[in-house]
Formats: sequence, structure tokens, C-alpha cells
Amino acid sequence: MDLLRFTTAGSVDDGKSTLIGRLLYETGSIFDDQLQSVASASRQLGEDRLNFALLTDGLRAEREQKITIDVAYRSFSTSRRRFILADTPGHAQYTRNMVTGASTADLAVILVDASKGVLTQSRRHAFILALLGIPQLIVAINKMDLVGFSEAVYHESRTAFAAFARDLTFANVAYLPLCAVDGDNVVERSRRMPWYRGESLLHLLEGAPVDARTNAMDFRFAVQLVIRPNHEFRGYAGTIASGSVKTGDEVMALPSKLTTQVTSISTASGATGMASSGEAVVLTTSGDIDISRGDMLVRADTMPDVARALDVHLCWMDSVPLIIGKPYILGHTTRRVQAVVTRLEHRVDVDTLRADDAATLDFNEIGRAHLVTSAPVFVDSYRLNAATGSFILIDPSTSLTVAAGMIRAATQGPLSPAAAGAVGHGSHVSRERRERHQQHRAAIVWFTGLSGAGKSTTARLVEERLFADGHHTMLLDGDQLRQGLCDDLAFLPADRTENIRRAGEVARLFFEHGAIVLCAFVSPYRTDRERVRKLIGDGPFVEVFVDADLETCRARDPKGLYRRAAAGQLEQFTGVSAPYEAPANPELIIDTTRRSPDEAAEQVLEYLRAAGLTRPSTRDA
Amino acid sequence: MGRSLKSHPRNWYSCPSAARRQPTAVTMTAHLRRLENEAIHIIREVKGQFERPAILFSAGKDSVVLTWLARKAFAPARIGLALLHIDTGHNFPETIAFRDGFARDLQCDLIVRRVQDSIDRGRAREERGPRASRNALQTVTLLDAIHELRIDAAVAGARRDEEKARAKERIFSHRDAFGQWDPKHQRPELWNLFNGRQAPGEHFRVFPLSNWTELDIWEYVACENIPLCSLYFSHQREVFERDGLLMAKTEFVQLEPGDRIARRAVRFRTVGDATCTGAVASVATTAPEVVAELGATRVAERGARVDDRRSEMAMEDRKRDGYF
Repeated sequence: MDLLRFTTAGSVDDGKSTLIGRLLYETGSIFDDQLQSVASASRQLGEDRLNFALLTDGLRAEREQKITIDVAYRSFSTSRRRFILADTPGHAQYTRNMVTGASTADLAVILVDASKGVLTQSRRHAFILALLGIPQLIVAINKMDLVGFSEAVYHESRTAFAAFARDLTFANVAYLPLCAVDGDNVVERSRRMPWYRGESLLHLLEGAPVDARTNAMDFRFAVQLVIRPNHEFRGYAGTIASGSVKTGDEVMALPSKLTTQVTSISTASGATGMASSGEAVVLTTSGDIDISRGDMLVRADTMPDVARALDVHLCWMDSVPLIIGKPYILGHTTRRVQAVVTRLEHRVDVDTLRADDAATLDFNEIGRAHLVTSAPVFVDSYRLNAATGSFILIDPSTSLTVAAGMIRAATQGPLSPAAAGAVGHGSHVSRERRERHQQHRAAIVWFTGLSGAGKSTTARLVEERLFADGHHTMLLDGDQLRQGLCDDLAFLPADRTENIRRAGEVARLFFEHGAIVLCAFVSPYRTDRERVRKLIGDGPFVEVFVDADLETCRARDPKGLYRRAAAGQLEQFTGVSAPYEAPANPELIIDTTRRSPDEAAEQVLEYLRAAGLTRPSTRDA
Repeated sequence: MGRSLKSHPRNWYSCPSAARRQPTAVTMTAHLRRLENEAIHIIREVKGQFERPAILFSAGKDSVVLTWLARKAFAPARIGLALLHIDTGHNFPETIAFRDGFARDLQCDLIVRRVQDSIDRGRAREERGPRASRNALQTVTLLDAIHELRIDAAVAGARRDEEKARAKERIFSHRDAFGQWDPKHQRPELWNLFNGRQAPGEHFRVFPLSNWTELDIWEYVACENIPLCSLYFSHQREVFERDGLLMAKTEFVQLEPGDRIARRAVRFRTVGDATCTGAVASVATTAPEVVAELGATRVAERGARVDDRRSEMAMEDRKRDGYF
């Protein structure tokens, strides 16, 4: 018998507590006297049938308000498996509890109310679960009784959810129809839904892999205590975070980077030759090296990043918002260091998954940030290793846990908080000197519009003519970046934002080099484009809206993308299945439905001349 | 250097007050190992994060298992936490004898603080009447002891399966300067990263067995051959029935008219204060037999606790006040 930890998520009235009460009841985990006390409490609330939610809603306020306030941990078992479930509330304001429950789960069950369909909240829950790296998802379409056990309604919800979840990082998503109140498909297959041929919820839970999140490759051992009963014995106590270790293995201690050999391993059940992740052990090593709590033993050939600058996702959990530049305590494995958030990249709108500009993170908000720590931490990306990719932030003045953090990557970022504010210590040859030398100003010309509108074509022609007239130019376009610098990104809103952020940073470098940078990107979001504009401060930024109607673009379809989107092969295709936000006040609008590419390019050149951005000779021509 | 921890022979432990034990018939499962590893991790984290932690030791099975795990957490060194027992003065003599023998054999520092002393010093007032209990008074003695000994983490064997309010409690559970639990403002507990930071005067209750159930405890006791107080196993005792529970006839309990004393084969599922601990009819004389019996039982463990029955919300209220 093994142990599966899972969590549940759903909106306020999706029937989560009821489902959990059902699972406990059907697996015989509720004793007679507990059942009696629930029966009497049900009657007190004026309900005629047994309210299973009362089994899980333990706190007085929860019963009074008939909602779940805090994460509850429940155990039950079947003949095949022990389960611990974290029941988390579904209110909008309780993101914090969901993150807490999901942080220790192997699997999550998302409830969707069949009568309401997939709501914004379901999307939010799925996003948070994906962010927390939950590998397996069971989507339970509940309250099938309210829709007459209709297969069509079930498939509608299922399709809506699948369209959304496809781009999230779940390894495995299972769907089933449910009626938790009556127990349909909870333990036994429902006779009222013969069209469903899959397994019941309990059977799905029994069959799901355990510890699917554990990294078995990279040995990481954070030292909790040094065990020193006498002068003969010195052992290091801790839990193996990932990977495994054998006696005789050469290991490296961090931060000292000294190597030593493992001479013995003791687990809870005695001495052993090998131990692996999850085991609480005591290791002894050859030779006296100085190791203490907070240090980490690893293998030299699979080292974590030893870093002081981190690119992270933060989920803010305190009523006092994040303060940029304030020292927090970062708790990572057994290590505590000071940490400062130097920059907030964006805040994720968890309902639309869009990345918004934000100055801070408020209670229950999620964002991407850059951190600098006072001493090195030994980290992996959360995706590769949750044990060494996760951390908490503690406010030193209140001692409260204020944020959950997931590491995206260690960075080369500025190592002092003071330097973090500076734009960069670039070249000594200033842009101004370059501009004088080349006799024209640097600028960014940003072409935005639908795929097929003619952005790249126009930009290429403009570049040709500028270059011919002796200008320093550079052309950046979407395909070029997507194949190289951004080949790790997908087409979800947050990925698109990141794609444009990178494009903007590259454009800025060429801008500083003195070039007229021609950028051709769909760049569907207004805020993303505005952010690039701000990157160069007062420098000339020319936003060109390459406007062509959808029909024209579809007819042109130079890369065959519209055909693929129509065939359902492309999710999140701008203009078809993803939004495009046209510029409100662009410097220039070119209607390529009516103008030839040459005319379009000439229009851009005219604007650049008029704005004084070209060489004097061409200006006069 | 490199000396193995397994320097103890399998049956290194013997205790005259311990109940007769038999070779184990229950095997260690993957889920018990996971719970064991988790508990050891938590106990070590307590030692790493706090200066003066102590184990709240009642001599009951949960605190015995907890101490057993603490021994493993620090082996081959001695247990790095003192045992603190809050003695109501109404304990069964078997419990006290077991407590002393167990602490001695595991080489633990045992600290005892008595409810009677709190009453004598005027810190607490004895309840009166036939159903009087010193259960609530323990809280006063406990908080006084925490203050006196400057304990910053009180490690206890409470489990989430015991009661609804406990299912919502954190593993590292914060207590304010008055020893109170605030269920609506608990710190989020993420991954296995525990935050034990506190202000002076505050303390933590830590529950390494949070994820265990009563059955897990018994299976573990059986697998590991852990000694327990003889009250846990079937024995002949004079009992009377009250509110559906079997209460032991002791000097601490006043009989009411109509209470009929009978001699029966019983065992206790918890070994608290004699005034509020009910027995169940049982013939199980070993841990494996108890495991088998539990598989068939239909009454929750705390169902045999009179103190929880006082109201639906009894446990939450007592916990808010700083109860165990």
C-alpha cells in the first residue's frame, strides 16, 4: 500500500466539500458517531438530507457561512492505497490556500459545475495548478443531475476545458462526469450515465502514479542538523530532496565546493548501502570538512545553480503588498538568506492569463519577479526539481510567510540591489556619439498587425531603402526570434508577452548601437508594445499599425497558418482564436488592403524623413 | 567515523512496565515509511529552527510514537528534546509507571508539571460535581510551564484525523503570547518548508504526526514493536456505563445513582485523565490484535472522550484557548 497526496479545486458552489464527504463516506472513513454528529448538525441547519460538506467544514465560521475557509487535510484509504487530500476553498480571494494545498500534491481534482460550464474560476484553478507543477489533473464535471445526465453537456464542458488546458503543462488530464450528491461515478460507475465508459473517480485515484513529481536524477541533500554524540561520530541529518546516494559516492558540499566521500548511510530502519529521495537519513563522510545546517551535498557532475540572482514566480500571500527593495527572509530547503525583489516583471491576470504591468503584488496575486539574495542559494528550476526550485518569503518584521516562490531560472542579474535600478553598464561609446558619427538618429520602428497583414514585407522594403541611403539598420521579426532566442516559448498570453519583452530588449541593444531598428511582430497586446516604447525612454519609437482586414490576411496566408488554424491544428491563433488589440494612437496606420508593398514602404519612409530620423541627404531628396 | 547507526540490537529496549508484546505480524508499508520519513524530517526541522523545544509527553500512544521517532531523528545521539508531562493528578497509576520507565530507558529528560500545583497556587480552580474534570485546567498548567521553561516549540502527537478542527491545523502551528490559536489567520504551509519564526513570548505547537491516523499509529507500533502502557491492551477492570461509554471506577470519579459497576474485558483507546477517558470492550492483547480490531470498529477514537462531547465545537474552543 502506498500513499497518494491530492488536492481539490473548484468554485464556491461546485460541490467540493460534498464530493469529499462522499469519498470519505463511501470508503468507510467516517465512523458512526461522526455520521451522527453530522446528521444532527444537518438538522440544525434546517437541511433534510445529510450534508456531507459538514464533515469537512470544521471551523465554526465555516459552518455558519456554509463555506470552506481554510485548507483541510483528510485521510482515507482503500484496499489499494492511502490518500491524503488537501481540500482547498474555491473563493476568488483564496488563491493562497490553493497554492498551499497544491504545493504537496501529486494530483489535483478540478470540479466544474455542469450547469454553469467552465467558468473563469476553473481556468484560474488550472493555471495555478500548472504553475505549481501538478503533473496530473482529473476534471470532474459535477452536478450532472442538473443537466439531465446529458452527454452533450458533458462534452461541451470537456471541450471547453481541454481547449484551455492544452497549453498548460499537465502531463495527464482525465475527464469524468459526476453527481457527487448521489455518488454517481464517485466509487461505482453510474447507471444513469451509461454513455460514460471510463473509470470512477476513486478508481482513477487508485491508478494514478505516486511521486510523479520527484526528480530521480539529480542528488540533492540539504543538511538539517549535524549529529555529534561524541568525538568519534559526526553525521549529517537531512531528507534526500531528489536523486539518490550510495556509500562510496563522491559528493560535493555547497557552498564550500569541497568534495568528500560518503562512508555510511543510515535510514529510519537502519544502515543501508543506498538511499533515495524522500528518505530521512544520516550520512557520514570521509575526512573532516566543515558542513552545517543550510549547506547542501550534491554530485559534482549534476550540480544545481549556485546563484544570488533569481528569476521567479511569486504568489503573494499577505495582506501587506510586496515592497520592491525591502529585505525579506528567503527560506529555501534548510537555508535562510536575505532577499530583495529588485524588479517586478509583470503581474499575471489569472483570469485572462495576461501579463500586466504592475508596481507591486497584492494579496493573492501572482507575478514574475527578479530577486537578489545576500548569500548564494543552491537552486534548480522548479519544473525540473520542485524540492530545490521552491522557496518561501518571510517578512522579518511580522515573521509571517508572505509569498510562495517558484524558481524559473538562476540569472546573471545585478548582484546588488542598488545596481538593479540601473539600466545597464553598456558600451563606453555612447549612442549620441554614434549618432553624430553616422549622421542619423537611432530609432525603433515597430510594425504590428495580424499575420499576413504585410509587416515583414513592408519592413524589409523600408530597410532596403534606408540601407541603400547609408543608414545603420537592423531588422527583427517574429519568425527569426521564435526560431532562436524564443524557441522555448509557446503561444499562451504570458508566452507572447515574454516573446515581445525579449524582442524589445534586443531592439533596445541595437537602438543603443545607433541603428534604426525595424521590428515586425504580431504583438497583439497593447501593454506589451507600450512596455517596449518605455524601454527607450524619450528615444524615437514609431508604432506602425499595419492594417489589413482579416479576410485579406486569410486570403494571402503566406505561411499557411490560417488554413492550419481553420483545421484546428493551431490553438491560440491571433485574429482567429486569440485576441488582437489594435493600437489606440499609433504614429502611422498603413492600410495594406488598398496599398501595394512599395507604396506602404514609401509611406513609412516619408514619416521617418518628416520626423527628422533619416540622414540629411535623403531628407532633402 | 562511518559508524553505523544500527548499533542497537533489534530488541534493545525492555521496560518492566511495558505491556507484553509479541513478534510483529504487521509489515511496514510504503505509506508508513513515507509518514515515518516525514515525521523525522519535521522533528529535525524543530531542532534546527528552535532553541528550547520540548515534546508534550502524556505517555499515551501518540506521544510514545512521537518520542520513538525523535529517537530515530537524532540517533546515534540522544533525543534532543526534553519530555514535558502535564500531570492532572487523575492519571491511572499504570500510566505514571509507564511514563517513568519509558523516559528512563530512552534516556530522556522528563519534566513534570502538576495541575495540583496550579490549583494550590491559585492559578486554577477545581471543577466540582460528579462530572468534574481537570481536563480544562491542564491548559493553565501547560501555558505556565511553557512560560517558565521558555519553551519555544511544544511538539505534540496530535493527528488531523482526530477531530474536524484539527484537520485545518498547520504542522507548525503558531501560538500568540497568550498561547492562543487563531484558526482564521494561520500561516500558509508550503511544500516542506516550515516557518518557525516568532516574536518573543510567542511559541509554536508542532505536530509531526499530523498526517497519521489511529490505524497508522497502531500498525507502526506493531511493526516497530514499540512498548505501550498496559491500559491499551485488554484487561479485566471494574467499569460502569455512562452516556454510552465505559468509565473506569477510580477514586477520581464520583458515581451517580444508578451507575452499575461490572467487571469486564476492556482496553482504552486513549489514556488521558481517568475522569474523561472511556474504555471499550476488547479482547485484543497485542498491537497486531488491536490493528485487526480497529479494522472492524465503527466509533471514532475521540468518540470515547467525554471532553469532546460537551459541544459540537468543543475542540475548536479548547484549542483557541491554548489546549494541546
